Amino acid sequence: MLHSKTFNKKTRGGRIQKLVREVYLRDDIYCGASFCKSCEDKSKARLTAAASTILILDTNVVLNQIDLLENPAVEDVVLLSVVLQEVKNKNSAVYGRIRNLIDNPARRFVVFSNEFHRDTYVQTMAGESPNDRNDRAIRVASRWYQSHLGDAVKVLLITNDRENKRKATEEGVSAETIESYVKSLGQPALLDLLVQPASEDVIMEEVEDMRPSKRKVVYPEHKPMSEITSGLTKGIYHQGKIRVNRYNPFEAYVGSESIGDEIVIYGRGNMNRAFDGDVVAVELLPQDQWHEEKSLSIVDEEDDEEDVHLVPGSADDAPRTTDPVSSSTSDTSPVSSRPSGCVVGIIKRNWHSYCGSLEPMPMPAGSGSLVNALFVSKDRRIPKIRIQTRQLENLLDKRIIVAVDSWDRQSRYPSGHYVRSIGEIGDRDTETELVLIENDIDARPFSTQVLACLPPLPWSVSSEDLNKSNRIDLRHLHVFSVDPPGCKDIDDALHCTMLPTGNFEVGVHIADVTNFVHPGTPLDDEATQRGTSVYLVERRIDMLPKPLTEDICSLRADVERLAFSVIWEMTPEAEIISTKYTKSVIKSCAALSYVEAQARMDDSRLVDPVTKDLRNMNALAKIMRQRRIQRGALTLASAEVKFQIDTETHDPLDIGMYQIREANQMVEEFMLAANVSVAEKILKEFPACSLLRRHPTPTKEMLEPLLRTAAAVGLTLDFSSSKALADSLDRAVSDDPYFNKLIRIMATRCMTQAVYFCSGELSPPEFLHYGLAAPLYTHFTSPIRRYADVIVHRLLAASIGIYKLPTIFRDRPQLTSIADNLNYRHRNAQMASRGSVELHTLIYFRNRPTDTEARIVKMRSNGFIVFVPKFGIEGPVYLAPRGDKGGGEWFLDDQQQRIKKMDGSISYGILQAVKIHLEVVEPQPNRPKLQLTLV
Amino acid sequence: MEFVNPEGLRLDGRRPMEMRQLRAEIGAVAKADGSAVFEMGNTKVIAAVYGPREVQNRSQQINDQALVRCEYSMANFSTGDRRRKPKGDRRSTEISLVIRQTMEACILTHLMPRSQIDIYVQVLQADGGTRSACINAATLALADAGIPMRDLVTSCSAGYLNSTPLLDLNYVEDSAGGPDVTVGILPKLDKVTLLQMDAKLPIDIFENVMQLAAEGCKAIANYIREVLLENTKQLEYRRGL
Repeated sequence: MLHSKTFNKKTRGGRIQKLVREVYLRDDIYCGASFCKSCEDKSKARLTAAASTILILDTNVVLNQIDLLENPAVEDVVLLSVVLQEVKNKNSAVYGRIRNLIDNPARRFVVFSNEFHRDTYVQTMAGESPNDRNDRAIRVASRWYQSHLGDAVKVLLITNDRENKRKATEEGVSAETIESYVKSLGQPALLDLLVQPASEDVIMEEVEDMRPSKRKVVYPEHKPMSEITSGLTKGIYHQGKIRVNRYNPFEAYVGSESIGDEIVIYGRGNMNRAFDGDVVAVELLPQDQWHEEKSLSIVDEEDDEEDVHLVPGSADDAPRTTDPVSSSTSDTSPVSSRPSGCVVGIIKRNWHSYCGSLEPMPMPAGSGSLVNALFVSKDRRIPKIRIQTRQLENLLDKRIIVAVDSWDRQSRYPSGHYVRSIGEIGDRDTETELVLIENDIDARPFSTQVLACLPPLPWSVSSEDLNKSNRIDLRHLHVFSVDPPGCKDIDDALHCTMLPTGNFEVGVHIADVTNFVHPGTPLDDEATQRGTSVYLVERRIDMLPKPLTEDICSLRADVERLAFSVIWEMTPEAEIISTKYTKSVIKSCAALSYVEAQARMDDSRLVDPVTKDLRNMNALAKIMRQRRIQRGALTLASAEVKFQIDTETHDPLDIGMYQIREANQMVEEFMLAANVSVAEKILKEFPACSLLRRHPTPTKEMLEPLLRTAAAVGLTLDFSSSKALADSLDRAVSDDPYFNKLIRIMATRCMTQAVYFCSGELSPPEFLHYGLAAPLYTHFTSPIRRYADVIVHRLLAASIGIYKLPTIFRDRPQLTSIADNLNYRHRNAQMASRGSVELHTLIYFRNRPTDTEARIVKMRSNGFIVFVPKFGIEGPVYLAPRGDKGGGEWFLDDQQQRIKKMDGSISYGILQAVKIHLEVVEPQPNRPKLQLTLV
Repeated sequence: MEFVNPEGLRLDGRRPMEMRQLRAEIGAVAKADGSAVFEMGNTKVIAAVYGPREVQNRSQQINDQALVRCEYSMANFSTGDRRRKPKGDRRSTEISLVIRQTMEACILTHLMPRSQIDIYVQVLQADGGTRSACINAATLALADAGIPMRDLVTSCSAGYLNSTPLLDLNYVEDSAGGPDVTVGILPKLDKVTLLQMDAKLPIDIFENVMQLAAEGCKAIANYIREVLLENTKQLEYRRGL
């Protein structure tokens, strides 16, 4: 049956256009009930005969109560296509979650395409709004279901729209609100999952009666959308994504394109209920109100405070603070040059669920009654969230997940609802899971579909592999690998032979993962999603299933393995004469650890072939490294630490800085060279669709804190080029042996992170990798643990004509979205590693109060931030008592970066070494934290 | 954008392998030697055929075969926005050429030397797939005019969106920017006379998509044959046989 749909639409030019679309109404859309006698196709039928009620959900229910729907207590649900369409338009995150539910074979959710069904299609009536039409479509479909399935089952329309419910009842469809339905299920715990109705749905008088004392308006009103749009076009308001300072939740930034600068927003009042990540409209405050942040004290309005944390690895993780030099003494103008503003409206919310715990509170008398509790997120950027719960006694000592529902003007905090609990606070597994959830890391075991893609075990190189014309046999070479001790996923191996000409043949052999992971398979999809393996202190979350990572692909000693090799011919001066890329079969003769390799090279008595090769390679690597540094590659330092873990209890036994040996540098050098060679090759072959890695040049603003610190200790750093910077870093020496490293660590954190990108998106000058001073760079050498390398392997294989290029590479938007996902996953993996290290640091110090040496890295008005080199942590040391905002006996000299006692007896300068005491304290129950005090 | 939802339905309720509703009518222009209206969903075209007749421009006359001329145009009211399209724009010229070549391949031109056949096609309503609809209408009109042909030529398009081959794209699907393969075949002879695509598509997928379009052409050929048979029956009836 053919129908046509006519509607009017405004074109981009502003004209009104009449559009006509065909609608084909079908008779082959089935109800999805397995017990239905009239519907033929049962392949998608999920509704079982056991179900006494079938639920049909209204759009508002799906949008608001998705957490409840994910609970297995809710089953036998019919989702109408009109509802799905509305959900998709309103909230794509919820749409994704509901689609997951539908796809989950364990759940009984079916889709009914009512919009294309002959009997349930409704045409818009004259004067009917789209909303009313959709509501009517839902009712028509509900009625159809009831008559189609007969009286054996009850079809229940769940809607929280009062008008819709009334009309449904009038038309003879049974309808209920979600609250009354959940109550009828008789599971009180489910009620916690319910979203409290937003204020617009509640009759105002009721609220007024309930809490008369609290009818105080806390926040200014958000402007209506129409006003915001006109304000944006007029230039009164500025649109941008709000980012809350990780270290001070009362300060936020909005990057605005319209004024080309960041707008600073101080205080919750000005932030006006915006969450981190929301797209907001901001109005600039008058210039005389562009006030200063009060001299950057450590303490702020509430009881939040800076925590001890790991040293940030790059500018992206580092705390953002305004610039005290330009803003105070040295600046002539009394007002700041940084524009500040206030949020007038929220264009798009970035609400999701948050991990944390409830604020400790006394238990109410009766158990099981409804209690209001405050939830504190682990992420400090998120304000406290008010939730209602009936199971307070269960939740108080648990880590829980909470979702935000609404935030009205009258309440200080947003209101939300409980989603689920993870486990007990302080328990290592719980806290580790929290780290994973916070960073959106999928640590579930691999599904059976994924595991089905693996080759059968035990696997070994078959004669078929050997006979392939494009795979050469390199088993006769002395190939060896050098990795950290205990490494099981060995993805790179090396060889080096002297040629009769006196040149060297150097090969880098990388595990041939793409021989096992084929594009388009579930295994590949899973790996694309995961993006990278995640290394936590006590465990590893693999990107690929264990048989691949630890056995089939791992280039272990004395077994034949498939590899993708880059083979150079090099002169003894490490000049590359020729490069060859090929798939190969290798047999590693030794899997060395860095320590072993170093020991072999240093032990002059050893003259076995592997040791000789190692020495030759080391000599080459040194030349290559020297040349790279000459080009301007930066030698940056990190404050990475290593734990010794008790094998039984998994508790940390010792921590220490990660030590870098010559052997590490040797391997790194050849990996870099392989990556650069591969990047050149794939870019030449596929200029528009190669996946490369770039590291942007840091901007002046980013380097500002380093410059200031350097100036305070009488050091000048030259930032004109990476070469100049590298040289000035080399010159930065003093009698203090640790000084240079400290400066390098501080320089590292001024840099942004390197990112993956698709070569078609940017112009060649932007391909630069600043830190390595390489015009082109990519990742090729770790396909077992990084998906980017898998992509690069495919590109390289296609460029040497072994395989066809998978279709995905023709689709640039999709390639870009993969690159973005890889960046996101990569960053999350790093954050998770840091989170895990922080957690273990806390566990380590729980029973070991320690005195150690620390360096002052940042000054504050009432103390300073110190860096503890031995443990790689950073945290505040207070000089003045808490709450005293620097007005006391201490005086901060910004220019000199010194803090002095008023009477001049004691002073501390930046980079100065101090003795501190580390101890775990518990100021509130269940909230252990590391405290640093001056000895 | 999602062109095929997870339930396997397209934006207009069709499944990926389904065509739009077809409708054809012979004899829409009484004055012409042959004419037809052809509809594929909301795409509606009219075709009129004149000839074989004397060549108007002597210099174009071909001594051993007939001259086939084709003119494609879009009515100003055929799209929603009433934009005035200049006659003889690039797109129209290209489509005219495509239709002419396709029809020429099936007309037995050597039987009618020193004559001329004019095919006029006009789009009355455009909703994607006008090229195919024009060829189908022209076939019907040529058959109506009684011009000798090797076989009927029929045409259909297929596309590839959301990793699914889709038959007979409508305007919304067509303007999604994905590949659009237009195929014209001689169904009885099983020969391809037209194949157009202006996008990149991997060869194995291309084969699938082209196969799908060819299936569509065959379905259209069946329909056109029915229409012609019906029309012939009508003619017989009118002659009182």
